[in-house]
Amino acid sequence: MATKQYSFYPGCSSERKASAANYMTSVESMCKTLDIQLNEIPDWNCCAASIGYAEGGELPRHTMNARNIAISEKEHPDQDIVATCAACWLGTRETQERVVHSGELLADINSILSEAGLKMEGKKPIRHMVEVLIEDIGYDGLKKPVKKPLEGIKIAGYVGCQTNRPFGVVGESFENPKYLDKMVEIVGAEPLDKYDQKVTCCGGALAFSEPDKAYVQINKILESAYDHGAEMVVTPCPVCQMNVEVYQDMINKKFNKKYKIPVVYYSQLMAVAYGANAKEAGLDGNIIRATKLEQIASK
Amino acid sequence: MGNVNTAMIEKYRNDFLKEVEANVEEGDWVKMCMQCGVCSGSCPLGSAWEHPPQEIFMMIRAGKRDEVLKSDSMWMCTSCYNCIARCPRGLPITHIMHGLANYAHRLGIAPKMNPTRRFAKMFWSNISSSGRVNELKLSVGLYFMDGIVNGIKKGLQMAPIGLGMMKTGRLNPMGLFSSHGIKGKGELQKMLKKAREIEDKRKGFAA
Repeated sequence: MATKQYSFYPGCSSERKASAANYMTSVESMCKTLDIQLNEIPDWNCCAASIGYAEGGELPRHTMNARNIAISEKEHPDQDIVATCAACWLGTRETQERVVHSGELLADINSILSEAGLKMEGKKPIRHMVEVLIEDIGYDGLKKPVKKPLEGIKIAGYVGCQTNRPFGVVGESFENPKYLDKMVEIVGAEPLDKYDQKVTCCGGALAFSEPDKAYVQINKILESAYDHGAEMVVTPCPVCQMNVEVYQDMINKKFNKKYKIPVVYYSQLMAVAYGANAKEAGLDGNIIRATKLEQIASK
Repeated sequence: MGNVNTAMIEKYRNDFLKEVEANVEEGDWVKMCMQCGVCSGSCPLGSAWEHPPQEIFMMIRAGKRDEVLKSDSMWMCTSCYNCIARCPRGLPITHIMHGLANYAHRLGIAPKMNPTRRFAKMFWSNISSSGRVNELKLSVGLYFMDGIVNGIKKGLQMAPIGLGMMKTGRLNPMGLFSSHGIKGKGELQKMLKKAREIEDKRKGFAA
């Protein structure tokens, strides 16, 4: 099978020593196994994320994403854009759809991009990494390289918002997407089929600005995982991962709980199942250690 | 900015709907709302909104300009997109709420102390100056938003999380001093300036 190549948009949180650095580490390991080559968009910039609108309005916000799209079109003309971060994916795709839909906006954007000698056509597919896995590799292809099945681990598949809405993954429902559970199954672990908070919002950026309101959300997500017997939570989104993992102590105090549930990325599960060691799977980046995965990884 | 607000009031007189249609992102969708309330019922922070989206839509049509634009309701949006996914009329509700918040902010009449407005402002200056998020600068800025004393208090409260992030290699302790960012900073800033100029002209913010 020939190496699959993509124009890769890692996003700010995936940088070295940034909040999702371990996501990136595990993605690299997973992609190596699956023969996926990620060609980083040279000098990419931030997508403006979900709160960029407040000061950035429309055009400046779209400009951020258009620059990345334009560089990708120039440097990787035949490759789909792929993002690992939900917000990066959403922002980039939203900009492209909006800009291409309106002749006026496209003209504006191109006159703005010309300041840097760039132009945007907006015809490339903009995809999330999980789409690449499901659609280009396929569930069977994902299963083949499994060397160490994650047997006996019960995992809550927490999809969250922005990987799921407004675009989502083709063929999946907004209310009960199944792909994450299928991926859990593929790596030999046990998905929670009754997990009823899989698309609940974690509060997103409001975990910073309105923490008490976000903690109520995170508590719901954890409580359902806990009540249904999950030993860990898995997610495709860096914001979900961080919010659900790092505030557990505060939520324990506030709601009188005893959560200590590891929150991992799908790519970490896959990397371990594919035989990576703990470091390659980015397990040293989890604040609440995923000891069951560490054990399997060290076998 | 106060002048822009007055100018807009004069320009649109009693027609707030027309003003929203002209100046707010995706504002021309507002009249399509049929008041079913699915958006309000689907919002994860629904109870925190003084006026949930369905109410906002009706208030716009009723000309309640101050009540809408000065409200902190839209600032409760977490960008979860539940309302968009569920709206039977297909209104891009999330974007309309963002658009209203941005418009009020640009007019200078959004609630001054709303933490999301202030955080979002810091976020934009963080990303537009270097091209990429500097997470340490952003969090420290957030903690010290309400002055030194509160900042230290909040910093101590959040210290275990920050230390956990540093220990696991997910926060750069040198982030405050690093000149992290993209090579094309200058070009990006030029582009953002031009984008703002065009947008201001279109939306009547330009003098």
